[in-house]
Order: sequence, then C-alpha cells, then structure tokens
Amino acid sequence: MIRLAGVRKSFGSKVVLDGLDLEVRLGETLAVIGQSGSGKSVLLKLLIGILAPDAGSIVVDGVEIAGLRGAARQAMTRKFGMLFQGAALFDSMTVGENVAFGLERYADLGRDEIRRVVADSLAKVGLHEIEHLLPHQLSGGMKKRVGLARAIAYRPEIILYDEPSTGIDPIRADAINELIVLLRTELRVTSLVITHDMVSAYKVADRIALLYQGRIVALGTPEEIRRSPDAVVQQFIHGRADGPIVNW
Amino acid sequence: MFFFRELGEIALLAGRTLRGFFRRPWESKIFVRQLDEIGARTLPVVALTAAFGGLVFGLQTYIGFHRYIGPGSEAYGGPVISLGLTKELIPILVGLMVAGRVGSSMAAEIGTMRITEQIDALFTLGADPVRYLVVPRTAAAVLMLPCLTLFGDMIGIAAGLFYNVVLMGVNGTVYLRNTLLYLELWDVLSGLFKAAVFGGLIALIGCSHGLRTEGGAEGVGRATTRAVVFQSISILVVNFFLSELLPGSLSR
Repeated sequence: MIRLAGVRKSFGSKVVLDGLDLEVRLGETLAVIGQSGSGKSVLLKLLIGILAPDAGSIVVDGVEIAGLRGAARQAMTRKFGMLFQGAALFDSMTVGENVAFGLERYADLGRDEIRRVVADSLAKVGLHEIEHLLPHQLSGGMKKRVGLARAIAYRPEIILYDEPSTGIDPIRADAINELIVLLRTELRVTSLVITHDMVSAYKVADRIALLYQGRIVALGTPEEIRRSPDAVVQQFIHGRADGPIVNW
Repeated sequence: MFFFRELGEIALLAGRTLRGFFRRPWESKIFVRQLDEIGARTLPVVALTAAFGGLVFGLQTYIGFHRYIGPGSEAYGGPVISLGLTKELIPILVGLMVAGRVGSSMAAEIGTMRITEQIDALFTLGADPVRYLVVPRTAAAVLMLPCLTLFGDMIGIAAGLFYNVVLMGVNGTVYLRNTLLYLELWDVLSGLFKAAVFGGLIALIGCSHGLRTEGGAEGVGRATTRAVVFQSISILVVNFFLSELLPGSLSR
C-alpha cells in the first residue's frame, strides 16, 4: 500500500536518506527503528508531503505522491493521521477544538455531529469530558492521547506515529503502545511507527525495519530482528555503545 | 546579500498570501481575533504616543514660528502640525508601535508553532499554514493600521491644539481656521494609505520570520528580534519613498 523506492533526501551536504527502499503492507504495523538523527522523522514528513524527496518514488495506494497539488494533495493528506513526537497540540485551542480541527476540514459534518465524533475519539484513547481543557493543563501522556484522538478523528487509513513513547514515563508509554495495538484492531488501519524504543517496537510491530546510514539495512518480524546475526542490528536492539555503529 | 534574501522571502510570502485571499475557506475566527489584537488592544499605546507626539510637535512649531517669524505668527503652526502629523509622524509612530507590540508577537507565536511542529500539524490536518496563519493576520493589519492612524491623527492634532491654544495662549479661532484651510483631505488619506502599506509589511515580515524559525527557544528569540528590526527599518525606508512618490509631494 505504501512503497518507497530509491528515496534520497539531503539537507545541504548532509545526506539523510540515501536510496531508501521500503514497503508497508495494507493493515500491518511497521516499526522503523534507528538512531536519533538517522532520518526517521524525515521519512514521515516525506510520506505526508511536508518535505519532497530529492530523488526516488513514493507511491501510496498506487498514486505517486511527489508533485501532487491542490485537491489531489488534500485527498492524499487526508489518508494520513499523524501523532507528533511532542503531540503538537495547538496551544491556543481547547482539547475539543484540537480534536475537531481535522474533522472541520476533512469531513462534511454538522456541529453536533462533530461534537459527538470528538467525544467518541477521546473515549477511544481513554479520555472523557476534557474537551474544555487547554493543552498546558494536560500531562505529557494526556497530550499524546489527545494528539492521537486528533489523528484518528477523521478516520484516516494510515496512522503515522513519530516516537510515540518518547518523553513519557514507562507506564504511560506502555499505555500508548497498547492504544496503538488497539486502534489497529478497531480501526483496521495501516500504521508506521518511528521509534528508537525497542520495548515499544516489539510490542506494537508486525514487522521491524532498521534505518541506518540512509537505508533500510534489516527488515523482519520482531522475532527475526531479535535473532538477526547482523552486528548493526544486535548493537542497536541491545543498546550497546561498542559495535559497528560509531557515528553517534 | 542578507537584505536581498529577506526581500525575496517576503515577496514570495506576499505572493502566496495574495493568492490565499481569494481562496476558501477564509479563517474568519482568526481574522476577528487579529482585528482585536492589532486594533483594540493597541489603541491605548497609540493614544499615548500620538498625544505626546502632538504635544512635542506643537511645542517645537510654536518655538519655530515665534523665533523665526515673530510673535503672533504661532497660529500659523496649526496646518504645519496637522500636515506633519497626518502625513508622517502618526503613520510612522503607529507602524512602530504595532511592530513592537504585535509584529514581534506574530514572529514569536508562529516561530513557537514551527519548532513545536504545530505548523506541520496544520498541514497534516488539511490547513494550508499560509492561508491559516498569514492571510488573516495580513488582512487584519492592513485594515486596522489606517483605523489606528486616523484615531492617532485626531489625538495628535488635538494635543497640538491643546499645547498652542490652551497652554501658550495662541488665538484658537485663527489656529483652527488655518488648520482647516490648509489641511487637505488627501494629506490625511495619504497617511492612511501609508499605514495600510506598513500594516502589510509588519504582518508579512513577522509571519515570514516566524515560519522560518529554526533552533529551539534561542531561534524563536532570534526570529522575533530580527522581525522587529526589519519591520522598523522597512517602515522608515518605505515611508520616505512613499512620501516622495505619492501625490502631494513638492517634487511631484
């Protein structure tokens, strides 16, 4: 359903993605793991159209996304919901307005219906009657949940998670991981999870891909990744300082 | 080089903003909020600066006429004060006040949104950041700066009159008659036109620096400072060229 072939992206002289090939299957949860600064977030921004690749092809549902404009771009963006690393809630809006934001633009619904969907989306992430609160009144974990409710409110087909467990304690991180698994089952969405947290990757993913030096160097089920003989994979999943990965 | 890069960035944003004016949906809620922020909330500071601007202008004009033309000629200061205030001083003062109060906060607010990925979130949720953030701010600034300037004109002229007539005992009837005789409608309108241009510049420069913010809290601070400096310089430079080019200049 998502196919990236030979994708290159540089910022100045720094090559971030160097001929990346990756396929995300319909309905699966794929976790992309890799070092900080390895280009994982860039990958998400390329998919959603915030950034454009320097070379290569990104095809979603049979449509090449590079060069899409206007209504076609809008229709493509609507397929995606995204949970940002810091939740990226709009400071000046209440929780209810945040969750309703995408609905007001992507769905043709009346006010009452929007209110109902907002409450329903918040309930799906385990939050009730907090529509009137402002983002600064929420804890880190609650912000992530509201961000997730905002991402799923307009029922996207693909959900992108940027470091969903970063910045929150292990218990809240596990609750977010459980939500990712639950939403996949309930909403039957395709999910791409960017993380460097192996606990999270093992828990949520059907397959795990390791991004290293701008390319996918290992891809397989969590079990296959665990047993991989590749020294880079072993160093990363065990979080060892010594090994072939040196450019921290 | 920096100057030309800045000009290029602002011209590009101006083009995108102009296109955004004619596309739906119009973010009317943000537009109304900006009208309040730029207009109503800036009124007190405009009133204060216009009042003291008018007083000091009245004082120097009084001294000038008294010293160089002679006692009794001070009543001719009315048109000079009004002309200077409506065409030059008040539009510039209002522009600088709005740049300091609102232009800087535009850069800071949008810059913070940029570094916390809220701009990316806007895009993901189907809102074009330029149409959502820049268009309503620019429209509100272009509309409110002339309103603030007109308000400042009245306060400034009244303050000049107060200094000359009430404090210095200049003949009020002659002062007012001279003012009304020599001050033309175009003098006031050209000041309002300048203010509208300054409004557009303030919003576009503030938003442009906000949208290009990089590097965390330090980056937001840098973007805010640069925005205010560039806004202030632009107001003063553009004001000179508008004064030269607009009808009413002696060189026209």
